[in-house]
Amino acid sequence: MILNEADFAALQITFELATVSTLILLILGTPLAWWLARTSWRYKFLLEAIVALPLILPPTVVGFYLLIALGPHGPVGSLMKWLGGQPLAFTFTGLVIGSVFYSLPFVVQPLQSSFTAIGRRPLEVAATLRASPLDRFFTVAVPLARPGFLTAIVLGFSHTIGEFGIVLMIGGNIPGKTNVLSIAIYDHVEMLEYSHAHWLSGGLLVLSFLMLVIVYALNRRFSLVHQ
Amino acid sequence: MTIKARFQLNWPDFELNVNLEFPAKGITAVFGPSGCGKTTLLRAIAGLEKTSRGYLQIGGMLWQDGNYFVPPHKRSLGYVFQESSLFQHLNVRRNLEYGVKRVPVSERKVSIQQAVELLGIEHLLERRVNQLSGGERQRVAIARALSVSPKILLLDEPLSALDLRRKQEIMPYLESLHDELDIPVLYVSHSLDEVAGLADHIILLEDGLTRGEGPLAEILTSLDHSLAHGKQASAMIRTCVSGYDEKFGLTSLDFPGGRFTVAGKTLSKGQSVRLKIAARDVSITLEYQADTSILNIFPAVVDQVNDEGNSQVIVRLMLGKIPLLSSITRRSAVMLDLKPGKQVFAQIKSVALLN
Repeated sequence: MILNEADFAALQITFELATVSTLILLILGTPLAWWLARTSWRYKFLLEAIVALPLILPPTVVGFYLLIALGPHGPVGSLMKWLGGQPLAFTFTGLVIGSVFYSLPFVVQPLQSSFTAIGRRPLEVAATLRASPLDRFFTVAVPLARPGFLTAIVLGFSHTIGEFGIVLMIGGNIPGKTNVLSIAIYDHVEMLEYSHAHWLSGGLLVLSFLMLVIVYALNRRFSLVHQ
Repeated sequence: MTIKARFQLNWPDFELNVNLEFPAKGITAVFGPSGCGKTTLLRAIAGLEKTSRGYLQIGGMLWQDGNYFVPPHKRSLGYVFQESSLFQHLNVRRNLEYGVKRVPVSERKVSIQQAVELLGIEHLLERRVNQLSGGERQRVAIARALSVSPKILLLDEPLSALDLRRKQEIMPYLESLHDELDIPVLYVSHSLDEVAGLADHIILLEDGLTRGEGPLAEILTSLDHSLAHGKQASAMIRTCVSGYDEKFGLTSLDFPGGRFTVAGKTLSKGQSVRLKIAARDVSITLEYQADTSILNIFPAVVDQVNDEGNSQVIVRLMLGKIPLLSSITRRSAVMLDLKPGKQVFAQIKSVALLN
């Protein structure tokens, strides 16, 4: 095996980052997507635009602003200092915050369109069958939005794995701490260690492809069942 | 037990303004053209549409009064939507269980088993929803609504998405609902035949306003209301099968004003049957016609005569206490000198059996 210890550390950090970020994204993104799908608030498009921002902004721009916000002189950094903690720039927590923001549209958008597609009727039916609003959400909306959840989880997870710009800006590439896979590959190429780069890149390529194949295959099955 | 409902709703392109009081018993039809507010009324009763000003009382339960509003999931009601509304992610059995599980044990009066038997869906329980026909889906939906032991059952045109054959497949189940369960039913429909075949009571709705309300046989033949005018004008008479004439293949049906004789034998003795008699199938004579091919001739008293504005008049006749409509030309009405109180004979050319 050609991978060294640093590569394995990068692999581990990457997957930890992706898992934690995806979990947080689900917790934050589900209610947000639900609200966006159901509200008739006239300015909801503003919020939708903010959620979609990371889709078009260069990651370095997002990373730059996060770096300033999280750094010792930024608002979040100052708050952390005031609370007696460390500034979040160049930490794992900082990476998680950056990833959550950057992958938000990949989780919120599939969920929102799934919730929208369900429509009001199944929830009204559940209401006439004595289900409270929270009960309706978990027993009707969530199961019916299953394809949306699957897409959201896989896209959120893979997108976090593939992230480069933000991580570089606010992670600082500290081996064993904030050095993730995408940056490790970059480092190997910089140092002309092409075989290392091949192993990591190829592995990531195969893994990403497999995950997407599974999502699309499962979604096809769901939609066949529900027809 | 009565149901009192008062709703006022002002939407940009629609207005609902009703003030109703009707018996919490049997089947009450809400009848009117599409877009008249029937569904909105039903949704308001279910609490799915929140009206700022409203009052709703079902028997002893107060569900809405001004700002007091019981949310839909706390109302003991069953609702069947116009189109199929089964949960796609659950099979038939789990669709039925969904509601029952959420009803406290002490309030469960109808079991899933009872609902399943009543609607004849035993063989469908393990099926997926997408494997059911339209008629089967609506039967499951009705069973699901019933199995929560509702205090009122709301049916929003449950048959309208179905073709004639499927409709005929479900009608007997709806009738048995009526006969076997003591749950008031509010039945929204724009089909007069459905209403005439099922309802005991009728509410006429037009442009979001109540145009009439009362016992079905009354309202159908009341010249104050729209149903008694125009081509579809007809009377509904409840009868009971009293015998069968083997020799001629005729069935006799008794009603408080006499006995009908109709062709065919598809009915068993003692069975109750509703007859629909179109006004244009009823002619009037002053003398009893003995030598005629018409089987059904009854002595009657003219109750009202209404000029329909063209060559026609509509005459409301009473066969004892049972009202009947007759549509004849104005010339005939003048020649026969028809006036309220006049003794005549009603000749009925044909009757339709509604069930």
